[in-house]
Amino acid sequence: MLRFVLSRLLTFVPTFFGVTLVSFAFIRLLPGDPIQLLAGERGVSEARYNELAEQFGFDAPIWKQYIDYLIGIFQGDLGTSFVTKRPVLDEFMALFPATLELSICAITLAILIGIPAGVIAAVNRGKFFDQALMTTALVGYSMPIFWWALLLIIVFSSGLGWTPVSGRMSLMYFIDGPTGFMTIDALLSGEEGAFKSAVSHLILPTIVLATIPLAIIARQTRSAMLEVLGEDYVRTARAKGLAPLRVNGMHALRNALIPVVTVIGLSVGTLLAGAILTETIFSWPGIGKWMVDSIFRRDYQAVQGGLLIIAVIVMIVNLTVDILYGLINPKIRNR
Amino acid sequence: MPLLEIRNLSVEFSTTSGKFRAVDGIDVTVEPNDLMAIVGESGSGKSVSMLAVMGLLPWTATITADVMAFNGHDLRDMTAKQRRRIIGRDMSMIFQEPMSSLNPCFTVGFQIKESLKKHTDLDRKGRQNRAIELMQLVGIPAPEKRLNAFPHQLSGGMSQRAMIAMALACEPKLLIADEPTTALDVTIQAQILELLTSLQEETGMALILITHDMGVVAETVRRVQVQYAGQKVEEQEVGALFDDPHHPYTAALLAALPERATERRLPTIPGVVPGQFDRPQGCLFSPRCRFANAHCKAVEPVQASPEMGLALCHYPLSHGEPTNREKAS
Ligand SMILES: Nc1ncnc2c1ncn2[C@@H]1O[C@H](COP(=O)(O)OP(=O)(O)OP(=O)(O)O)[C@@H](O)[C@H]1O
Ligand SMILES: [Mg+2]
Repeated sequence: MLRFVLSRLLTFVPTFFGVTLVSFAFIRLLPGDPIQLLAGERGVSEARYNELAEQFGFDAPIWKQYIDYLIGIFQGDLGTSFVTKRPVLDEFMALFPATLELSICAITLAILIGIPAGVIAAVNRGKFFDQALMTTALVGYSMPIFWWALLLIIVFSSGLGWTPVSGRMSLMYFIDGPTGFMTIDALLSGEEGAFKSAVSHLILPTIVLATIPLAIIARQTRSAMLEVLGEDYVRTARAKGLAPLRVNGMHALRNALIPVVTVIGLSVGTLLAGAILTETIFSWPGIGKWMVDSIFRRDYQAVQGGLLIIAVIVMIVNLTVDILYGLINPKIRNR
Repeated sequence: MPLLEIRNLSVEFSTTSGKFRAVDGIDVTVEPNDLMAIVGESGSGKSVSMLAVMGLLPWTATITADVMAFNGHDLRDMTAKQRRRIIGRDMSMIFQEPMSSLNPCFTVGFQIKESLKKHTDLDRKGRQNRAIELMQLVGIPAPEKRLNAFPHQLSGGMSQRAMIAMALACEPKLLIADEPTTALDVTIQAQILELLTSLQEETGMALILITHDMGVVAETVRRVQVQYAGQKVEEQEVGALFDDPHHPYTAALLAALPERATERRLPTIPGVVPGQFDRPQGCLFSPRCRFANAHCKAVEPVQASPEMGLALCHYPLSHGEPTNREKAS
C-alpha cells in the first residue's frame, strides 16, 4: 500500500510542473502586451512602462521569468493583485473557505442522495422509480445551471420567500469566526438566529451546485450496480440467506463503489467550474466569484494565481481519490 | 420422510422473445444422507431447477410445482424471509465458478463468518474458531493466515475449498454442488470431488452433485438422475445405470466416455439441446436419437416403470435394444 501511495505521489510531480507552465504561459499568451493591457485605455508613458516591466520582471528573458515564477511559487508568492495590491495568495485564502463550505455541502448532498437513488433504481430496474429517476437525472444533467438557479430563486426566494436571494449571511449579523465556515462560525458565535440565517443562505446555492454531480453520481451508481448485481458473488451472498439490504447495500454496493469513487473525484473539477457560475448568481463571496470579478477587472495576476491554486486543488483531490480507490479495491491494495 | 421432495417442478422464464420453459416437470427425491448426481448437457436446466429450490432465480422466472418440500417445510408458500432462514443454514449451494463466486472486496474469513453470524448465535471468538475449524476441514493449509486473504490471492482450487467451507458453516442437511469442478484443472477436480464425498460421509449431510460428466458420476455417487432439455429422462442406481442404461440419451452419454469407447473414434451425440426456439414435437430427444421413429417425433412419451429406470421414452432400451417396438407399430 505504501508503494502504491508513493507511486501515485510521483505522478503528481510532472503534472504539477505542467500546471505551472500553463499558468505561466497564460498571462503571456494573452493577445497584446500585459503592461499595455494593465494600463488600459489611458496608456502609459515610456518611463512608467519600463518601470512596470521591471517590477513585474517582463524585461528578463522568458526562461528566467519562468524560473523566478517557480521560485516564487515555492516561497508561497503567487504575485500581487494589480488591483488591490494585496498578495494573490492572501486574497485567495480569505475567500476560499466560502467556496469550500459550499462545495462540501454540495458534494455531500450529491453523494447522500445520488448513491442511494442509484442503488434503489438498479434494484428496481425498469420499474417506475427507476425510470422516473433516470429521466430526472438526465434533465438535471442537461439543464443550464444559471437557468436552474434563477428558477429556484424565483420560486423559493421571490415567490415563497423561504430563502434569501444572495450572500452568505443576513446583514443583521457580523460573524468573523476562526474557521471561515459561516455555519460553524455562526454556531460558535452563539448569536441567536445567526446559524439559521447561514443555513438558509446556503440552501439554494448548495442545491444548484449539487445538481450536476448528483445526476452523474446517481447514473454511475445505477449502472455500476446493474453490472455488479449480475455477478456470481451476489448470488453467493443471497445463497447464504442474507437479507436484501445486506446483499445489495454491502456485497453489491461495495464493488459498485469502485467506479463511483472515480466519478466523484472527477466531479470535483466540475464542481469548481459550477462554483464560478453559482457564486456569481448568488453573490456568494468565494473564489468563483472572485475569479470572475478579477477577469472583468483585468487583474491577470489574480487570475493566474487563482488558476494555479485551483488546478493544484483538483490534483490533490484526484490524488486522494486514487488512494481511496486503492483502499476500497483490495486487488490494487495488496499487489 | 425424504429430506427434499419435488414433484412436477417447472420453471418458465418470460423473456423479451416470449416464454421459455427451462425446466419441465422435474421430480427429485433426496433422502437424508443421500448422495446423488444430476447429469445432463449444458442447457438442460440442471442449474435452474436447483436455483428454483434455493429460491435464487430472478423475478422473470415463474416456478410451479405439485410438491416442493424440504425437511418438512413446504417451499412453495414460504415467504422470502422464511426461506432466508433455511438457505445458507440447512440447505446450501456451491457454484461452478469459484473465482467469481467469492466477493473480491471482502476477506475469505469475513465471508465465512458472515454465514455464522446470520444463522448461529456464536460470539466473535466462537465464529473465529469455527471458521478456522472449517478451513481445516476443507483442507486449506495455514487457516489463520488464509482467513485474512482476499479472494484474488487464492487459486481456483483454494477458492472452491473456501466456498465449500462457507457452505458447510452451519452444518447443512443438504449441499447442492453445481458443477463444482468444471472450472478447475483435472488434478484439482479429483481432489475437490474426493473432498466433497468424504465430507458427505463424515457429516452425514445429503449431497446433490450437478455435473455434465458421466465419468465424474461413476466413482462418486450412489444414484443418478439424467436430465435433458428441462426434463428428467432417467433415474437409476449408479451401477445399474452404467450396466444397462434405459434411455437412449443416457446410453449415448455413456458411449461418449473415453474409457468405454469401443472404436478408435469417440462416438458423439449429434446436435445440441433444444433451446427456446427449436423445441421439437413429440419426444424432445427424438431429433438426436438414433432409435427414433415417426411415433417418437409426433407423440410425447410417458415415464416407463421403475424397473426401466423411469425412462421418459416410448421404447426404453434393455441391454442396448429398444423394447415395446412391436406394440406401437
Ligand atoms: N435468467 C434466465 N432467463 C432466461 N433464460 C434462462 C435464465 N437462466 C437460464 N436460462 C436458460 O435456461 C436453460 C437451462 O439453463 P441451466 O443453466 O439450468 O442449464 P445447465 O443444465 O445448468 O447447463 P450448464 O451445464 O451450462 O450449467 C438454458 O437454455 C438457459 O439459457
Ligand atoms: Mg449450470
